[in-house]
Amino acid sequence: MHHMNLDVNGMSYPITADASRNLLSVLRNEVGLTGTKEGCDDCECGACMVLLDGQPVNSCSYLAAQAEGRAVTTIEGLADGDDLHPLQAKMLELGGVQCGFCTPGMIMSAKALLDRNPEPSEEEIRIGLSGNLCRCTGYAKILAAVGEAAVEIR
Amino acid sequence: MTTFSIAQSLDQALQALADGARPVAGGTDLVVGSRQGKAPLPDTVIAIDRLDELAGISLSDDQLRIGAMVTHAQLMVDPIIAEHFSAIADAAALVGSPSTRNVGTLGGNVMNGSPAMDTGAPLIVLGATAELQTTSGNRQVTMEELWVSPGKTSANADELCVALNMPARPANSGSAYVRLEYRRAMEIAVVGAAASVTLDDGGMVTDARVALTAVAATILAVDLGDALAGKPIDEASLAAVAKIASETATPISDLRATDRYRRHTVGVMARRAVEAAGRRAGGETIAIPVNRTLGIGASQ
Ligand SMILES: Cc1cc2nc3c(=O)[nH]c(=O)nc-3n(C[C@H](O)[C@H](O)[C@H](O)COP(=O)(O)OP(=O)(O)OC[C@H]3O[C@@H](n4cnc5c(N)ncnc54)[C@H](O)[C@@H]3O)c2cc1C
Ligand code: FES
Ligand code: FES
Repeated sequence: MHHMNLDVNGMSYPITADASRNLLSVLRNEVGLTGTKEGCDDCECGACMVLLDGQPVNSCSYLAAQAEGRAVTTIEGLADGDDLHPLQAKMLELGGVQCGFCTPGMIMSAKALLDRNPEPSEEEIRIGLSGNLCRCTGYAKILAAVGEAAVEIR
Repeated sequence: MTTFSIAQSLDQALQALADGARPVAGGTDLVVGSRQGKAPLPDTVIAIDRLDELAGISLSDDQLRIGAMVTHAQLMVDPIIAEHFSAIADAAALVGSPSTRNVGTLGGNVMNGSPAMDTGAPLIVLGATAELQTTSGNRQVTMEELWVSPGKTSANADELCVALNMPARPANSGSAYVRLEYRRAMEIAVVGAAASVTLDDGGMVTDARVALTAVAATILAVDLGDALAGKPIDEASLAAVAKIASETATPISDLRATDRYRRHTVGVMARRAVEAAGRRAGGETIAIPVNRTLGIGASQ
């Protein structure tokens, strides 16, 4: 068993878990934050995307213990109380959410994109979301939501 | 895995390797491979991603040094790499998705030793060597010496790759990397090619190198003979490059492509790489990655 301290959404969590555990399973089962989803579990779909020091990482394929000392941000870390983050609000408003399974990962990738590039072109949004699959929406409304959220944030 | 630690110093990492630990950098091959069932995680793993000694890109008068932990995301935007060692930036920009590029490192790409790795052909044409270090010393090996067979390198288990080094570029030089792909992200090269070209003042080639991706058991350097030397880059010399590249390739058939298709298309990729490298050597700016700028590989 391996002891680690994880910083998740600004809170410190002391955790004891097998050293081979991935960050996704520790977030969901030890930390208790189930917003982050497991789709493929082998780095193909992006449902598990979280931010590590502000940059996107597929948490299903990242060792939890390796995240020690870095700031982990999950979908739960975005809203301010009951006020949704503009990315969340626009996804709902513009129909970028259907079943919702891809949505947390999609929003985390979009957050990383907008943090480094507040005025992305549509092509840049496509590249920013290129590690995230959605089986429902056809992507058009997701692209629109990210574009509008970018305008609202700046 | 039973034991995991995060290296706080290079010495600690080297000692751990000497004691049998395996290094993890971004984990995009090591950890992903274990999830896909390719190979279980090693018993003892040490994370090397926070070592300052393995970070950073530095250009001196005669040499470029890229720390092994430099990520693809850093490589694709670094001004020195993009301007003078463009083939590496072209390759890094094609890797996976933003998250793969964010954690995936050059050292991990090199030491994983896949014949489909994208930074391999660029490193060969740029004359790179891998700097391997142990508790007792340090040696440089050429890429051709390093890669032995799919997933296997000639590095000993206690050797840590600390950097990739390569000579500074002569004047009027350019390089490029292109790959054939079926989609624009989350892809593995069907085939690929890198080229480096140096021109004289009259636009004649004084030095040219080509290397190929995913058409042999390792990344393959091509012997161009006199196909380009002393010649302009034109239809005749590009056709000769394509022919030699196709003849050099020894591809296999798998679910991604047949051997015949790979043999043919790697020639096309080789000539496009030489063409782009030649244009860059002539002073033209072709935005990174050349695949997207010139519409090579998958379009929309
Ligand atoms: C979705 C996805 C898409 C991908 N797309 C591409 C692609 O388009 N092109 C491509 O080339 N690759 C691709 N890859 C493969 C992978 O991302 C790259 O090879 C990456 O550069 C590996 O770096 P890493 O730091 O994650 O390596 P790790 O997984 O941490 O390590 C890989 C191997 O090298 C060893 N190692 C790592 N660093 C060192 C060192 N400094 N010294 C000695 N040994 C070391 C490790 O022990 C391990 O055996 C993709 C992977 C995924 C998951
Ligand atoms: S669950 Fe991590 S990429 Fe699919
Ligand atoms: S909304 Fe269902 S997968 Fe995207």
